[in-house]
Amino acid sequence: MSAILNSESKKVLIKPLINENPITLQVLGICSALAVTSQMSTSLIMALALTSVTACSSAAISSIRNHIPGSIRIIVQMTIIASLVIVVDQILKAFAYEISKQLSVFVGLIITNCIVMGRAEAYAMKNPPLESFIDGVGNGLGYSLILVIVAFFRELLGSGKLLGIEVFHLSKDGGWYDPNGLMLLPPSAFFIIGLIIWVFRQAKPEQCEHVDFKIMDIAHGEGGHH
Amino acid sequence: MPNEKKFEHYEKFKVYANKILALKNDSLEKTLAIALSLCFVCAILVSFAAVALRPLQADNKALDMKRNILDVAGLLQEGVDVNQAFSEQIEAKLVNLETGDYVEGMDVEAYDQRQATKDPAQSIAIPADKDIASIKRKAKIAKVYLVKQGDKTQSIILPVSGYGLWSTLYGFLALEADGQTVQSINFYDQAETPGLGGEVVNPKWRALWQGKKVYNEAGDVALALIKGTVDTGKPGSEYKVDGLAGATLTSVGVSNLVKYWLSGEGFASYLDKVRADG
Repeated sequence: MSAILNSESKKVLIKPLINENPITLQVLGICSALAVTSQMSTSLIMALALTSVTACSSAAISSIRNHIPGSIRIIVQMTIIASLVIVVDQILKAFAYEISKQLSVFVGLIITNCIVMGRAEAYAMKNPPLESFIDGVGNGLGYSLILVIVAFFRELLGSGKLLGIEVFHLSKDGGWYDPNGLMLLPPSAFFIIGLIIWVFRQAKPEQCEHVDFKIMDIAHGEGGHH
Repeated sequence: MPNEKKFEHYEKFKVYANKILALKNDSLEKTLAIALSLCFVCAILVSFAAVALRPLQADNKALDMKRNILDVAGLLQEGVDVNQAFSEQIEAKLVNLETGDYVEGMDVEAYDQRQATKDPAQSIAIPADKDIASIKRKAKIAKVYLVKQGDKTQSIILPVSGYGLWSTLYGFLALEADGQTVQSINFYDQAETPGLGGEVVNPKWRALWQGKKVYNEAGDVALALIKGTVDTGKPGSEYKVDGLAGATLTSVGVSNLVKYWLSGEGFASYLDKVRADG
């Protein structure tokens, strides 16, 4: 690996995992993180699909970046991304039929995932193809990491299973664990992502956003004067 | 030599392409050229993927359908070859829903009931007051599956569909040869909430359907889901199945689709004829 990756590419690959994670720091790509994380298996396939789309679209966009007219820049990016997403969707339908049935529309919705577009616009338009590819992989993995963490808790607490294999014996089958129904519904992913962001920002305070404005203390504020 | 001619074309194309690429990015010509060639490349990529993978996808779909039919018939075992088991034990038949007679002289294999439902020539709109399953249209001809033991029909597998909470549920209902006793139910296509309405695919819940009766003494569809758990000691419990906890609307949807497809709108006349034939 180290022979292929110089220090710059390594940084590009590693940084989006924790320090510049697209979900926790930039809060992008939340929609699918809510929708597909009720099971580990769907999350893993979704993560794989998104990573390959981000990497390939970044590489493709980067390779023609010097010839993309500014006026149709976004449409050119979208066309490339959409084509790749359709190809990925077709491949899933051919080789992972069961999972693609469960993911239904969410594979198609990768087209609108802000991470893909964000990397195209922020990185691939300015950097050479190989670096853009690695940047896409890195950001895809950063997304994957959060997705897998969220799915781990949602599947374990919501259905007592991991990757479809029973871990907690459910009370409805005579066991001890009463599953938490909320975990199966999308809002639970909000809570878990919120907690992950909290943990990340506790560990790395530099990730905290600066306060835009301060709420005035009421006693000394304008309201107190007549 | 045709080869040389091709080469000449290529050279010409190269010169032209270089001319375009050398233009300013925001010039009208380059914008158009880039947009057109990008569309061309992407269109080839997408259509190549779609066409090359279509046979595999169609196989997956057909196999999935057969697996579901075997499953609802209680014939699906671990490690069994689905295609072989299906062709050996299951016979597909087309039924005219209005008369209840079998349709002869049509290609049973090729008939796709879901496709036919969308085709105005092969389907009819359901009047709103009768459309309890909220499916809007139904095909005139339905594809049913029979499990036969020698000459005797063992089970009748009926395709059913209806709207739940988020999605139209598509599935199969297997009845015994009396057209009255339920063997099993199975949904192969649905997008209800996983863990709540999505529990329609849970084998434990599906097992509750076995042995339930469809029609009451007056001949009406009495089979329905109730809230909570069925008290098996009470009279009439043979018409009742436990509702899905936390999924009232999906449960109502399932009750409605069962009622619709087993009523006169659906398979009632067909089942009458099956019973009459003995």
